[in-house]
Amino acid sequence: MVIAAVVLLLGFIVWRGVQLFVVSGVPVTQILSPTWQPDPLSEGTTYGLLPFIAGTLAVMAVAAIVSTPLSVGLALFMAEVAPTWARRIAQPAMEVFVGIPSVVYGWLGLTILVPFLRVHFGWLGFTTGFSWLAGSLVLALMILPTITSISYDAFVAVPADMRSASLALGTTRWQAIRHVVLPTAAAGVATAIVFGLTRAAGEALAVQMVIGNSPIIPTSLARPVTTLTSQITLDMSDATGTWNEALWTMGLVLLLISLAFVLLIRWLGRGRSRA
Amino acid sequence: MRRSLAADRLATAVLWAVAVFVILVLVAIIAYFVIESIPTFSLAFLVADPSLTDIGGIGPVLWNSAYMLVLTMLLTVPLGVLGGIYMAEYAGEGWLTNAIRFSQELISSVPSIVVGLFGFALFVAATGWGFTALGGALTLMVFNLPLLLRLSEQAIRTVPADERAASLALGATKWQTIRHAVLPVAIPGVVTGIVLTAGRVFGEAAALLFTAGLSTPTRYDFSNLNPLDPQSPWSPFRNATTLSVFIWKSNSEGLGNYVHEVANMSSMVLIVMVLAFNLGSRWLGGALQRRVSGL
Repeated sequence: MVIAAVVLLLGFIVWRGVQLFVVSGVPVTQILSPTWQPDPLSEGTTYGLLPFIAGTLAVMAVAAIVSTPLSVGLALFMAEVAPTWARRIAQPAMEVFVGIPSVVYGWLGLTILVPFLRVHFGWLGFTTGFSWLAGSLVLALMILPTITSISYDAFVAVPADMRSASLALGTTRWQAIRHVVLPTAAAGVATAIVFGLTRAAGEALAVQMVIGNSPIIPTSLARPVTTLTSQITLDMSDATGTWNEALWTMGLVLLLISLAFVLLIRWLGRGRSRA
Repeated sequence: MRRSLAADRLATAVLWAVAVFVILVLVAIIAYFVIESIPTFSLAFLVADPSLTDIGGIGPVLWNSAYMLVLTMLLTVPLGVLGGIYMAEYAGEGWLTNAIRFSQELISSVPSIVVGLFGFALFVAATGWGFTALGGALTLMVFNLPLLLRLSEQAIRTVPADERAASLALGATKWQTIRHAVLPVAIPGVVTGIVLTAGRVFGEAAALLFTAGLSTPTRYDFSNLNPLDPQSPWSPFRNATTLSVFIWKSNSEGLGNYVHEVANMSSMVLIVMVLAFNLGSRWLGGALQRRVSGL
Protein backbone atom coordinates (compact mmCIF):
# COMPACT_ATOMS: atom_id res chain seq x y z
CA MET A 1 0.00 0.00 0.00
CA VAL A 2 2.80 2.35 0.85
CA ILE A 3 4.43 1.50 -2.46
CA ALA A 4 1.19 2.06 -4.32
CA ALA A 5 0.78 5.44 -2.65
CA VAL A 6 4.30 6.43 -3.59
CA VAL A 7 3.98 5.30 -7.18
CA LEU A 8 0.67 7.13 -7.47
CA LEU A 9 2.09 10.25 -5.91
CA LEU A 10 5.22 10.25 -8.01
CA GLY A 11 3.30 9.49 -11.16
CA PHE A 12 0.83 12.22 -10.50
CA ILE A 13 3.32 14.92 -9.66
CA VAL A 14 5.58 14.03 -12.55
CA TRP A 15 2.66 13.95 -14.96
CA ARG A 16 1.27 17.28 -13.79
CA GLY A 17 4.76 18.68 -13.49
CA VAL A 18 5.66 18.13 -17.12
CA GLN A 19 2.40 19.60 -18.44
CA LEU A 20 4.14 22.94 -18.57
CA PHE A 21 6.53 21.61 -21.19
CA VAL A 22 4.34 19.07 -22.96
CA VAL A 23 1.00 20.83 -23.21
CA SER A 24 1.94 24.48 -23.08
CA GLY A 25 5.13 24.02 -25.00
CA VAL A 26 7.30 26.04 -22.68
CA PRO A 27 10.92 25.07 -23.41
CA VAL A 28 12.49 23.09 -20.58
CA THR A 29 15.44 25.44 -20.48
CA GLN A 30 13.15 28.36 -19.72
CA ILE A 31 12.68 27.25 -16.12
CA LEU A 32 16.34 28.03 -15.57
CA SER A 33 15.69 31.65 -16.41
CA PRO A 34 15.93 34.08 -13.52
CA THR A 35 12.79 35.88 -14.63
CA TRP A 36 9.43 34.98 -13.15
CA GLN A 37 6.66 36.69 -15.08
CA PRO A 38 3.75 34.27 -14.96
CA ASP A 39 0.96 36.71 -15.75
CA PRO A 40 -0.26 35.66 -19.19
CA LEU A 41 -1.71 39.13 -19.82
CA SER A 42 1.56 40.98 -19.53
CA GLU A 43 4.44 41.25 -21.96
CA GLY A 44 7.15 38.61 -22.04
CA THR A 45 5.61 35.85 -19.96
CA THR A 46 8.50 33.80 -18.60
CA TYR A 47 8.36 30.88 -16.23
CA GLY A 48 11.82 31.05 -14.75
CA LEU A 49 12.02 28.92 -11.62
CA LEU A 50 15.61 29.75 -10.81
CA PRO A 51 14.76 32.37 -8.13
CA PHE A 52 12.62 29.82 -6.30
CA ILE A 53 15.11 27.02 -6.51
CA ALA A 54 17.97 29.27 -5.46
CA GLY A 55 15.81 30.72 -2.68
CA THR A 56 14.90 27.30 -1.36
CA LEU A 57 18.51 26.16 -1.31
CA ALA A 58 19.79 29.40 0.19
CA VAL A 59 17.23 29.55 2.99
CA MET A 60 17.77 25.91 3.75
CA ALA A 61 21.55 26.17 3.86
CA VAL A 62 21.65 29.08 6.29
CA ALA A 63 19.04 27.40 8.48
CA ALA A 64 21.22 24.30 8.68
CA ILE A 65 24.34 26.32 9.44
CA VAL A 66 22.59 28.01 12.35
CA SER A 67 20.79 24.96 13.61
CA THR A 68 23.41 22.22 13.40
CA PRO A 69 25.81 23.33 16.14
CA LEU A 70 22.94 23.99 18.51
CA SER A 71 21.11 20.76 17.89
CA VAL A 72 24.14 18.47 17.76
CA GLY A 73 25.40 20.16 20.92
CA LEU A 74 22.09 19.61 22.60
CA ALA A 75 21.99 15.99 21.48
CA LEU A 76 25.50 15.42 22.86
CA PHE A 77 24.46 17.10 26.07
CA MET A 78 21.45 14.86 26.43
CA ALA A 79 23.30 11.71 25.52
CA GLU A 80 26.62 12.19 27.26
CA VAL A 81 26.75 15.00 29.75
CA ALA A 82 23.35 15.63 31.25
CA PRO A 83 22.57 14.38 34.72
CA THR A 84 19.27 12.53 34.96
CA TRP A 85 17.29 15.56 36.10
CA ALA A 86 18.46 17.66 33.18
CA ARG A 87 17.65 14.92 30.73
CA ARG A 88 14.24 14.72 32.29
CA ILE A 89 13.70 18.36 31.36
CA ALA A 90 15.37 18.30 27.96
CA GLN A 91 13.61 15.29 26.52
CA PRO A 92 10.01 16.41 27.02
CA ALA A 93 11.09 19.89 25.96
CA MET A 94 12.20 18.45 22.63
CA GLU A 95 8.85 16.72 22.25
CA VAL A 96 7.08 20.02 22.84
CA PHE A 97 9.39 21.67 20.33
CA VAL A 98 8.50 19.06 17.73
CA GLY A 99 4.86 19.55 18.53
CA ILE A 100 4.72 23.30 18.02
CA PRO A 101 3.05 23.70 14.66
CA SER A 102 4.81 25.47 11.83
CA VAL A 103 2.19 28.20 11.58
CA VAL A 104 2.98 29.13 15.17
CA TYR A 105 6.65 29.50 14.28
CA GLY A 106 5.61 31.54 11.31
CA TRP A 107 3.43 33.75 13.44
CA LEU A 108 6.25 34.24 15.94
CA GLY A 109 8.57 35.14 13.12
CA LEU A 110 6.05 37.59 11.77
CA THR A 111 5.29 39.33 15.05
CA ILE A 112 8.68 39.24 16.77
CA LEU A 113 11.55 38.46 14.44
CA VAL A 114 10.52 40.54 11.42
CA PRO A 115 9.82 43.75 13.41
CA PHE A 116 12.97 43.12 15.46
CA LEU A 117 15.13 42.92 12.36
CA ARG A 118 13.46 45.98 10.91
CA VAL A 119 13.87 48.12 14.01
CA HIS A 120 17.31 47.05 15.19
CA PHE A 121 19.04 46.02 11.99
CA GLY A 122 17.40 48.35 9.53
CA TRP A 123 20.81 49.97 9.09
CA LEU A 124 22.15 46.66 7.79
CA GLY A 125 19.60 46.67 5.01
CA PHE A 126 16.67 44.95 6.70
CA THR A 127 14.31 47.64 5.46
CA THR A 128 11.16 45.62 5.87
CA GLY A 129 12.42 42.84 8.09
CA PHE A 130 11.01 40.26 5.71
CA SER A 131 14.17 38.56 4.56
CA TRP A 132 16.27 35.54 3.74
CA LEU A 133 17.67 35.65 7.27
CA ALA A 134 14.22 35.76 8.85
CA GLY A 135 13.17 32.70 6.88
CA SER A 136 16.35 30.86 7.79
CA LEU A 137 16.12 31.67 11.48
CA VAL A 138 12.53 30.48 11.70
CA LEU A 139 13.52 27.31 9.88
CA ALA A 140 16.56 26.82 12.08
CA LEU A 141 14.28 26.74 15.08
CA MET A 142 11.94 24.35 13.35
CA ILE A 143 14.56 21.81 12.31
CA LEU A 144 16.36 21.96 15.64
CA PRO A 145 14.29 19.21 17.28
CA THR A 146 14.59 17.05 14.15
CA ILE A 147 18.37 17.16 14.09
CA THR A 148 18.57 16.89 17.86
CA SER A 149 16.43 13.81 18.21
CA ILE A 150 18.00 11.90 15.33
CA SER A 151 21.57 12.66 16.35
CA TYR A 152 20.65 11.90 19.97
CA ASP A 153 19.59 8.45 18.81
CA ALA A 154 22.89 8.09 16.97
CA PHE A 155 24.87 9.03 20.10
CA VAL A 156 22.87 6.71 22.33
CA ALA A 157 23.42 3.89 19.85
CA VAL A 158 27.18 4.07 20.42
CA PRO A 159 27.86 1.02 22.60
CA ALA A 160 28.62 1.88 26.23
CA ASP A 161 31.60 -0.50 26.06
CA MET A 162 33.38 1.77 23.63
CA ARG A 163 32.92 4.69 25.96
CA SER A 164 34.08 2.68 28.96
CA ALA A 165 37.08 1.46 27.03
CA SER A 166 38.06 5.01 26.21
CA LEU A 167 37.52 6.24 29.75
CA ALA A 168 39.40 3.27 31.15
CA LEU A 169 42.40 4.35 29.08
CA GLY A 170 42.30 7.54 31.08
CA THR A 171 40.73 9.89 28.58
CA THR A 172 38.52 12.70 29.75
CA ARG A 173 34.86 12.65 28.89
CA TRP A 174 35.37 15.20 26.12
CA GLN A 175 38.18 13.13 24.60
CA ALA A 176 35.91 10.11 24.67
CA ILE A 177 33.20 12.13 22.96
CA ARG A 178 35.52 13.58 20.36
CA HIS A 179 37.51 10.52 19.48
CA VAL A 180 35.07 7.70 20.12
CA VAL A 181 31.45 8.83 20.24
CA LEU A 182 31.47 11.44 17.46
CA PRO A 183 33.32 9.34 14.86
CA THR A 184 31.15 6.33 15.59
CA ALA A 185 27.96 8.36 15.33
CA ALA A 186 29.13 10.54 12.44
CA ALA A 187 26.96 8.89 9.80
CA GLY A 188 23.98 9.15 12.12
CA VAL A 189 24.61 12.83 12.69
CA ALA A 190 24.99 13.43 8.97
CA THR A 191 21.70 11.65 8.45
CA ALA A 192 20.14 13.88 11.09
CA ILE A 193 21.34 16.99 9.30
CA VAL A 194 20.02 15.77 5.97
CA PHE A 195 16.66 15.06 7.60
CA GLY A 196 16.73 18.60 8.93
CA LEU A 197 17.52 19.92 5.46
CA THR A 198 14.70 17.90 4.00
CA ARG A 199 12.27 19.41 6.45
CA ALA A 200 13.65 22.86 5.77
CA ALA A 201 13.28 22.52 2.02
CA GLY A 202 9.70 21.39 2.34
CA GLU A 203 8.43 23.79 4.94
CA ALA A 204 5.91 26.10 3.40
CA LEU A 205 3.78 28.30 5.56
CA ALA A 206 6.15 29.45 8.25
CA VAL A 207 8.68 30.52 5.65
CA GLN A 208 6.10 32.12 3.45
CA MET A 209 5.00 34.31 6.36
CA VAL A 210 8.40 35.87 6.99
CA ILE A 211 10.40 35.71 3.82
CA GLY A 212 8.84 38.55 1.88
CA ASN A 213 8.10 36.51 -1.21
CA SER A 214 9.91 38.39 -3.92
CA PRO A 215 11.07 36.27 -6.81
CA ILE A 216 14.69 37.39 -7.06
CA ILE A 217 17.92 35.46 -6.87
CA PRO A 218 19.06 35.68 -3.22
CA THR A 219 22.08 37.93 -2.88
CA SER A 220 21.74 39.43 0.57
CA LEU A 221 20.56 37.95 3.86
CA ALA A 222 18.68 41.18 4.48
CA ARG A 223 16.55 41.12 1.37
CA PRO A 224 13.24 39.42 0.79
CA VAL A 225 13.49 36.30 -1.34
CA THR A 226 11.13 33.45 -1.98
CA THR A 227 11.04 29.66 -2.09
CA LEU A 228 9.31 27.00 -4.14
CA THR A 229 6.97 26.14 -1.30
CA SER A 230 5.98 29.74 -0.59
CA GLN A 231 5.12 30.41 -4.18
CA ILE A 232 2.96 27.30 -4.45
CA THR A 233 1.16 28.30 -1.26
CA LEU A 234 0.54 31.80 -2.46
CA ASP A 235 -0.50 31.16 -6.03
CA MET A 236 -2.22 27.80 -6.01
CA SER A 237 -5.68 29.07 -5.27
CA ASP A 238 -5.86 31.62 -8.05
CA ALA A 239 -3.39 30.62 -10.74
CA THR A 240 -4.91 29.07 -13.81
CA GLY A 241 -3.69 27.69 -17.13
CA THR A 242 0.01 27.72 -17.80
CA TRP A 243 0.70 29.55 -14.56
CA ASN A 244 -0.94 26.71 -12.66
CA GLU A 245 1.12 24.19 -14.62
CA ALA A 246 4.25 26.06 -13.61
CA LEU A 247 3.27 25.59 -9.96
CA TRP A 248 3.04 21.86 -10.49
CA THR A 249 6.47 21.98 -12.07
CA MET A 250 7.68 23.62 -8.87
CA GLY A 251 6.10 20.73 -6.99
CA LEU A 252 8.04 18.37 -9.21
CA VAL A 253 11.29 20.20 -8.54
CA LEU A 254 10.61 19.96 -4.79
CA LEU A 255 9.98 16.28 -5.21
CA LEU A 256 13.29 15.86 -7.01
CA ILE A 257 15.06 17.75 -4.23
CA SER A 258 13.61 15.43 -1.61
CA LEU A 259 14.43 12.43 -3.75
CA ALA A 260 18.03 13.59 -3.82
CA PHE A 261 18.01 13.88 -0.03
CA VAL A 262 16.55 10.42 0.40
CA LEU A 263 19.26 8.96 -1.80
CA LEU A 264 21.83 10.88 0.22
CA ILE A 265 20.41 9.52 3.48
CA ARG A 266 20.45 5.99 2.08
CA TRP A 267 24.01 6.41 0.95
CA LEU A 268 25.02 7.67 4.39
CA GLY A 269 23.19 4.74 5.96
CA ARG A 270 25.01 2.30 3.74
CA GLY A 271 28.35 3.78 4.72
CA ARG A 272 27.38 3.34 8.33
CA SER A 273 26.39 -0.28 8.06
CA ARG A 274 29.58 -1.09 6.20
CA ALA A 275 31.64 0.50 8.92
CA MET B 1 47.06 16.30 30.83
CA ARG B 2 46.06 19.63 32.27
CA ARG B 3 45.14 20.88 28.81
CA SER B 4 42.86 17.97 28.15
CA LEU B 5 41.18 18.47 31.50
CA ALA B 6 40.61 22.11 30.66
CA ALA B 7 39.23 21.14 27.26
CA ASP B 8 36.93 18.70 28.96
CA ARG B 9 35.64 21.35 31.31
CA LEU B 10 35.22 23.86 28.51
CA ALA B 11 33.35 21.37 26.34
CA THR B 12 31.07 20.48 29.22
CA ALA B 13 30.36 24.14 29.84
CA VAL B 14 29.62 24.75 26.17
CA LEU B 15 27.26 21.80 25.98
CA TRP B 16 25.46 23.00 29.11
CA ALA B 17 25.20 26.48 27.66
CA VAL B 18 23.74 25.18 24.41
CA ALA B 19 21.17 23.11 26.26
CA VAL B 20 20.18 25.94 28.57
CA PHE B 21 19.93 28.33 25.63
CA VAL B 22 17.67 26.05 23.62
CA ILE B 23 15.42 25.32 26.59
CA LEU B 24 15.24 29.04 27.36
CA VAL B 25 14.15 29.78 23.80
CA LEU B 26 11.40 27.24 24.17
CA VAL B 27 10.31 28.63 27.52
CA ALA B 28 10.38 32.15 26.08
CA ILE B 29 8.15 31.12 23.19
CA ILE B 30 5.60 29.58 25.47
CA ALA B 31 5.79 32.43 27.97
CA TYR B 32 5.32 34.94 25.15
CA PHE B 33 2.08 33.37 24.05
CA VAL B 34 0.76 32.97 27.57
CA ILE B 35 1.56 36.57 28.51
CA GLU B 36 0.19 37.97 25.27
CA SER B 37 -2.98 35.95 25.50
CA ILE B 38 -3.98 36.44 29.11
CA PRO B 39 -5.45 39.97 28.81
CA THR B 40 -7.93 38.98 26.13
CA PHE B 41 -8.43 35.31 26.82
CA SER B 42 -11.66 33.86 28.06
CA LEU B 43 -13.11 30.38 27.88
CA ALA B 44 -15.80 31.73 25.58
CA PHE B 45 -13.04 32.16 22.95
CA LEU B 46 -12.79 28.38 22.70
CA VAL B 47 -16.39 27.91 21.70
CA ALA B 48 -17.47 31.13 20.02
CA ASP B 49 -17.63 31.54 16.26
CA PRO B 50 -14.97 33.56 14.43
CA SER B 51 -15.81 37.17 13.88
CA LEU B 52 -14.40 40.00 11.80
CA THR B 53 -15.55 42.85 13.97
CA ASP B 54 -15.07 41.37 17.40
CA ILE B 55 -12.58 39.00 19.01
CA GLY B 56 -14.96 36.18 18.31
CA GLY B 57 -13.70 32.68 18.89
CA ILE B 58 -12.33 29.50 17.44
CA GLY B 59 -15.09 27.03 18.34
CA PRO B 60 -15.64 25.55 14.89
CA VAL B 61 -11.99 25.36 13.85
CA LEU B 62 -11.03 23.78 17.15
CA TRP B 63 -13.72 21.19 16.61
CA ASN B 64 -12.38 20.60 13.11
CA SER B 65 -8.85 20.05 14.39
CA ALA B 66 -10.05 17.46 16.88
CA TYR B 67 -12.26 15.84 14.29
CA MET B 68 -9.43 15.69 11.78
CA LEU B 69 -7.10 14.23 14.39
CA VAL B 70 -9.51 11.43 15.27
CA LEU B 71 -10.34 10.71 11.65
CA THR B 72 -6.71 10.58 10.55
CA MET B 73 -5.58 8.50 13.49
CA LEU B 74 -8.44 6.04 12.96
CA LEU B 75 -7.09 5.51 9.47
CA THR B 76 -3.41 5.58 10.39
CA VAL B 77 -2.88 3.81 13.71
CA PRO B 78 -4.07 0.27 12.92
CA LEU B 79 -2.28 0.20 9.58
CA GLY B 80 0.83 1.90 10.89
CA VAL B 81 1.34 -0.28 13.95
CA LEU B 82 0.51 -3.56 12.22
CA GLY B 83 2.76 -2.54 9.36
CA GLY B 84 5.49 -1.73 11.86
CA ILE B 85 5.18 -5.19 13.43
CA TYR B 86 5.35 -6.75 9.99
CA MET B 87 8.41 -4.75 8.98
CA ALA B 88 10.24 -5.47 12.22
CA GLU B 89 9.36 -9.12 12.76
CA TYR B 90 8.27 -10.72 9.54
CA ALA B 91 9.70 -8.89 6.57
CA GLY B 92 12.81 -10.58 5.28
CA GLU B 93 15.51 -8.96 3.25
CA GLY B 94 14.42 -8.74 -0.32
CA TRP B 95 13.48 -6.40 -3.09
CA LEU B 96 9.98 -5.96 -1.65
CA THR B 97 11.18 -4.93 1.78
CA ASN B 98 13.71 -2.72 0.12
CA ALA B 99 11.09 -1.12 -2.09
CA ILE B 100 8.79 -0.55 0.90
CA ARG B 101 11.58 1.02 2.88
CA PHE B 102 12.61 3.25 0.04
CA SER B 103 9.01 4.34 -0.58
CA GLN B 104 8.63 5.03 3.09
CA GLU B 105 11.70 7.22 3.23
CA LEU B 106 10.80 9.02 0.07
CA ILE B 107 7.24 9.75 1.06
CA SER B 108 8.10 10.99 4.52
CA SER B 109 10.52 13.45 3.01
CA VAL B 110 8.18 14.76 0.34
CA PRO B 111 7.27 18.31 1.35
CA SER B 112 3.81 18.57 2.81
CA ILE B 113 2.83 21.18 0.29
CA VAL B 114 3.54 18.69 -2.49
CA VAL B 115 1.49 16.08 -0.68
CA GLY B 116 -1.19 18.75 -0.50
CA LEU B 117 -1.04 19.25 -4.26
CA PHE B 118 -1.35 15.53 -4.70
CA GLY B 119 -4.27 15.34 -2.28
CA PHE B 120 -5.94 18.19 -4.09
CA ALA B 121 -5.65 16.46 -7.44
CA LEU B 122 -6.75 13.08 -6.12
CA PHE B 123 -9.15 13.56 -3.21
CA VAL B 124 -10.61 16.90 -4.15
CA ALA B 125 -10.69 17.12 -7.92
CA ALA B 126 -10.65 13.51 -9.13
CA THR B 127 -13.21 12.24 -6.61
CA GLY B 128 -15.40 15.29 -7.06
CA TRP B 129 -15.78 15.62 -3.28
CA GLY B 130 -14.56 19.18 -3.18
CA PHE B 131 -12.80 20.31 -0.01
CA THR B 132 -13.66 17.74 2.66
CA ALA B 133 -12.48 16.57 6.04
CA LEU B 134 -12.09 13.07 4.65
CA GLY B 135 -9.96 14.35 1.77
CA GLY B 136 -7.83 16.18 4.32
CA ALA B 137 -7.51 13.11 6.51
CA LEU B 138 -6.54 10.90 3.58
CA THR B 139 -3.97 13.45 2.50
CA LEU B 140 -2.52 13.56 6.00
CA MET B 141 -2.43 9.79 5.99
CA VAL B 142 -0.18 9.84 2.94
CA PHE B 143 2.70 11.01 5.08
CA ASN B 144 1.54 9.99 8.53
CA LEU B 145 1.30 6.33 7.70
CA PRO B 146 4.93 5.89 6.61
CA LEU B 147 6.03 7.96 9.60
CA LEU B 148 4.15 5.83 12.10
CA LEU B 149 5.26 2.71 10.28
CA ARG B 150 8.88 3.69 10.67
CA LEU B 151 8.54 4.79 14.28
CA SER B 152 6.73 1.65 15.40
CA GLU B 153 9.16 -0.52 13.48
CA GLN B 154 12.04 1.20 15.24
CA ALA B 155 10.38 0.82 18.63
CA ILE B 156 9.91 -2.88 18.01
CA ARG B 157 13.42 -3.36 16.72
CA THR B 158 15.00 -1.84 19.80
CA VAL B 159 13.64 -4.74 21.84
CA PRO B 160 16.71 -6.84 22.67
CA ALA B 161 17.04 -10.08 20.73
CA ASP B 162 17.52 -11.90 24.05
CA GLU B 163 13.90 -11.21 24.97
CA ARG B 164 12.74 -12.86 21.81
CA ALA B 165 15.13 -15.77 22.12
CA ALA B 166 14.08 -16.37 25.72
CA SER B 167 10.42 -16.42 24.80
CA LEU B 168 10.95 -18.67 21.80
CA ALA B 169 13.14 -20.98 23.85
CA LEU B 170 10.26 -21.43 26.28
CA GLY B 171 8.28 -22.80 23.37
CA ALA B 172 6.20 -19.73 22.62
CA THR B 173 4.98 -19.27 19.08
CA LYS B 174 6.13 -16.32 17.06
CA TRP B 175 2.92 -14.39 17.62
CA GLN B 176 2.95 -15.19 21.38
CA THR B 177 6.47 -13.90 21.49
CA ILE B 178 5.50 -10.69 19.76
CA ARG B 179 2.40 -10.26 21.88
CA HIS B 180 3.91 -11.03 25.31
CA ALA B 181 7.62 -10.42 25.02
CA VAL B 182 8.18 -7.86 22.28
CA LEU B 183 5.19 -5.52 22.34
CA PRO B 184 5.21 -4.85 26.09
CA VAL B 185 8.76 -3.63 25.82
CA ALA B 186 8.06 -1.70 22.64
CA ILE B 187 4.82 -0.05 23.78
CA PRO B 188 6.27 3.20 25.07
CA GLY B 189 8.13 3.65 21.79
CA VAL B 190 5.04 2.86 19.76
CA VAL B 191 2.99 5.31 21.81
CA THR B 192 5.63 7.99 21.34
CA GLY B 193 5.42 7.28 17.62
CA ILE B 194 1.66 7.74 17.70
CA VAL B 195 2.05 11.02 19.57
CA LEU B 196 4.59 12.36 17.10
CA THR B 197 2.31 11.41 14.27
CA ALA B 198 -0.72 12.93 15.96
CA GLY B 199 1.17 16.11 16.69
CA ARG B 200 1.75 16.46 12.99
CA VAL B 201 -1.97 16.27 12.32
CA PHE B 202 -2.61 19.09 14.74
CA GLY B 203 0.06 21.30 13.35
CA GLU B 204 -0.18 20.49 9.70
CA ALA B 205 -1.53 23.29 7.60
CA ALA B 206 0.23 23.26 4.24
CA ALA B 207 -1.21 19.92 3.16
CA LEU B 208 -4.68 20.94 4.28
CA LEU B 209 -4.92 24.29 2.54
CA PHE B 210 -6.06 22.75 -0.71
CA THR B 211 -7.68 19.60 0.64
CA ALA B 212 -9.79 20.28 3.72
CA GLY B 213 -10.51 23.82 2.69
CA LEU B 214 -9.97 27.37 3.77
CA SER B 215 -13.45 28.74 4.31
CA THR B 216 -14.33 30.10 7.69
CA PRO B 217 -17.05 27.86 8.99
CA THR B 218 -20.36 29.18 10.15
CA ARG B 219 -22.15 28.05 13.24
CA TYR B 220 -22.25 24.29 13.67
CA ASP B 221 -25.39 22.50 14.66
CA PHE B 222 -24.18 19.59 16.76
CA SER B 223 -27.67 18.15 17.09
CA ASN B 224 -27.49 17.27 13.42
CA LEU B 225 -26.11 13.75 13.77
CA ASN B 226 -26.50 12.66 10.18
CA PRO B 227 -22.90 11.89 9.15
CA LEU B 228 -23.72 12.25 5.48
CA ASP B 229 -25.24 15.70 5.66
CA PRO B 230 -22.59 18.24 4.59
CA GLN B 231 -24.10 20.71 7.04
CA SER B 232 -23.53 18.41 9.99
CA PRO B 233 -20.33 18.95 12.00
CA TRP B 234 -20.07 15.17 12.30
CA SER B 235 -19.84 14.66 8.57
CA PRO B 236 -16.49 13.80 6.97
CA PHE B 237 -17.80 15.27 3.71
CA ARG B 238 -17.61 18.91 4.57
CA ASN B 239 -15.20 21.77 4.61
CA ALA B 240 -13.01 21.49 7.66
CA THR B 241 -10.68 24.41 8.29
CA THR B 242 -8.46 23.41 11.18
CA LEU B 243 -6.96 25.65 13.82
CA SER B 244 -3.53 25.81 12.15
CA VAL B 245 -4.99 26.62 8.78
CA PHE B 246 -7.13 29.23 10.47
CA ILE B 247 -4.09 30.92 12.03
CA TRP B 248 -2.32 31.04 8.70
CA LYS B 249 -5.38 32.27 6.89
CA SER B 250 -6.28 35.03 9.30
CA ASN B 251 -2.71 36.27 9.10
CA SER B 252 -2.28 36.15 5.39
CA GLU B 253 -5.61 37.80 4.77
CA GLY B 254 -5.21 40.23 7.64
CA LEU B 255 -8.96 40.67 7.87
CA GLY B 256 -10.73 41.53 11.09
CA ASN B 257 -10.04 44.06 13.79
CA TYR B 258 -8.44 41.64 16.21
CA VAL B 259 -6.23 39.49 14.00
CA HIS B 260 -3.27 39.90 16.32
CA GLU B 261 -5.11 38.91 19.47
CA VAL B 262 -6.89 36.04 17.79
CA ALA B 263 -3.66 34.65 16.33
CA ASN B 264 -1.87 34.86 19.67
CA MET B 265 -4.65 33.15 21.51
CA SER B 266 -5.08 30.51 18.83
CA SER B 267 -1.36 29.78 18.91
CA MET B 268 -1.49 29.44 22.66
CA VAL B 269 -4.43 27.06 22.40
CA LEU B 270 -2.50 24.99 19.84
CA ILE B 271 0.58 24.85 22.04
CA VAL B 272 -1.43 24.00 25.15
CA MET B 273 -3.16 21.20 23.28
CA VAL B 274 0.14 19.80 22.07
CA LEU B 275 1.46 19.94 25.64
CA ALA B 276 -1.65 18.29 27.03
CA PHE B 277 -1.37 15.68 24.35
CA ASN B 278 2.25 14.95 25.21
CA LEU B 279 1.66 14.68 28.92
CA GLY B 280 -1.42 12.55 28.34
CA SER B 281 0.39 10.13 26.08
CA ARG B 282 3.37 9.90 28.40
CA TRP B 283 1.01 8.91 31.16
CA LEU B 284 -0.80 6.56 28.81
CA GLY B 285 2.45 4.98 27.65
CA GLY B 286 3.49 4.34 31.24
CA ALA B 287 0.09 2.97 32.20
CA LEU B 288 0.03 0.70 29.17
CA GLN B 289 3.45 -0.64 29.90
CA ARG B 290 2.52 -1.44 33.49
CA ARG B 291 -0.62 -3.16 32.36
CA VAL B 292 0.90 -5.19 29.58
CA SER B 293 3.98 -6.26 31.50
CA GLY B 294 1.79 -7.15 34.47
CA LEU B 295 0.13 -9.85 32.43
